[in-house]
Amino acid sequence: MATHQQGKKQRSRADWLLLVVGLILGSAFGFWITPTILYAEKPQPLQFNHKLHMEQVDNGCKSCHKFREDGSFSGIPGIKSCKNCHSGDEPLGNTPAEKEFMKFLKADKPIPWQVYARQADNVFFSHAAHAENAGLECTRCHGKHGESDKLRPYEYNRLTGYSRDIWGRGPIGLAGPPDRMKMDDCAKCHRDNGVNQACFVCHK
Amino acid sequence: MVIDVDKCTGCGACSVACMSENNVGVLEDETEKIRSITWLRVYQIDNGKAFPETEVAFFPRPCMHCQGGASGSPGQAFFQEDTDPQEAHTPCVSVCPAIATDYDDATGIVSQITSRCIGCRYCVAACPYHARYFNWYDVPWPQGTPRGLSPFVSPRMRGVVEKCTFCYPRLQRAKNKAFLGGGKVGEMDYQTACTEACPSGAITFGQLQNPAHKVHKLIQSEFAFRLLEKMGTNPKVYYMSKRKWVRMMADNHLSQAKATQAAASGGHK
Repeated sequence: MATHQQGKKQRSRADWLLLVVGLILGSAFGFWITPTILYAEKPQPLQFNHKLHMEQVDNGCKSCHKFREDGSFSGIPGIKSCKNCHSGDEPLGNTPAEKEFMKFLKADKPIPWQVYARQADNVFFSHAAHAENAGLECTRCHGKHGESDKLRPYEYNRLTGYSRDIWGRGPIGLAGPPDRMKMDDCAKCHRDNGVNQACFVCHK
Repeated sequence: MVIDVDKCTGCGACSVACMSENNVGVLEDETEKIRSITWLRVYQIDNGKAFPETEVAFFPRPCMHCQGGASGSPGQAFFQEDTDPQEAHTPCVSVCPAIATDYDDATGIVSQITSRCIGCRYCVAACPYHARYFNWYDVPWPQGTPRGLSPFVSPRMRGVVEKCTFCYPRLQRAKNKAFLGGGKVGEMDYQTACTEACPSGAITFGQLQNPAHKVHKLIQSEFAFRLLEKMGTNPKVYYMSKRKWVRMMADNHLSQAKATQAAASGGHK
């Protein structure tokens, strides 16, 4: 009997407080440690100032991120596109990134950029369908990347190797584009706008 | 797609073009035919007669992209409907437990999403045309060859099912071009690899429903038929032959003598 009564001991306020504080601390630790363990960082080969370049060009994003004649999207422009403006032997600016860039330019080597938005191999994404046919703004999926003055480090999932931008940057990952670009987000937009949702529309 | 059996010489160029287009690999032991993968296999049939009368026909067999008859009205999707809704379904799609394959009413193409496939092989068993293949092994790509793979088709891994997609990535690319140019995807903008490769022009590809396309006219012919038509799978691949025995065999037709024999030996009536 005595042990039974001991088990039914009344909880004091301090006990409850300890529980709540413990839970909060535990979750905070979990939310902090999980992304740290899961994602690794890679630096970009050199810095790039989108904001500065946007001021120089007259056709917005499409000045450099162009469509090819066959309708495919060129993505990140090659060094040839850069040469359209950076044509001389002298750097156009005097930042350390510019000096670094001149090395690539002189060697005529492609810059090994890390692509934040690269999807898995079995995904077919058509920029032509979204930007040209549906008339969506680039910012719809890429956010304010075009207004940034430096490149943030590229983070990738250690297990899958995919960019963190695909899963999303929030700790729970419930946001939609531009914070997250998962299949659910593609499907939601297709569903809401009555676009064909068959598998092969986006897969290959 | 319409395949003229009388024009087919059985050379196999279509199979080769298909494998190259769709990143189908070569296994270590390709003599193990039951486990090797050929999206478009060429079958040989003969009329079963002795020498002077022997005739041979070749059947290139891609995925038939069966529609069944239930979904879509003639105007929406396809125009030959099965009247019995109980019998009307795409055999592989209806059995897939993982929704790794679907029938697209807009294009009439049966997809296969290998990343979603769990490898149960139910669809392989359900397909009456043996058009589906299971990856029993990882493809042992020789060193350096993965660089030569087509970037438009995702290679598959061991443990999933794959099949002919009517070169769907080609449609995706053709659409891209059309979006940019503001036009429509024309008949010659989207042709499959096998169609282009066929040296005798036996394969014709296009939209069956579009009166401007060649296939539309071809399937009106009295010599056009489909494989196992009586099963009501409503395939999108038509064959043509002026030879009656070929047409009969395509529907697994038994001669009267054989049918009586089968019934007498205790088969189903």
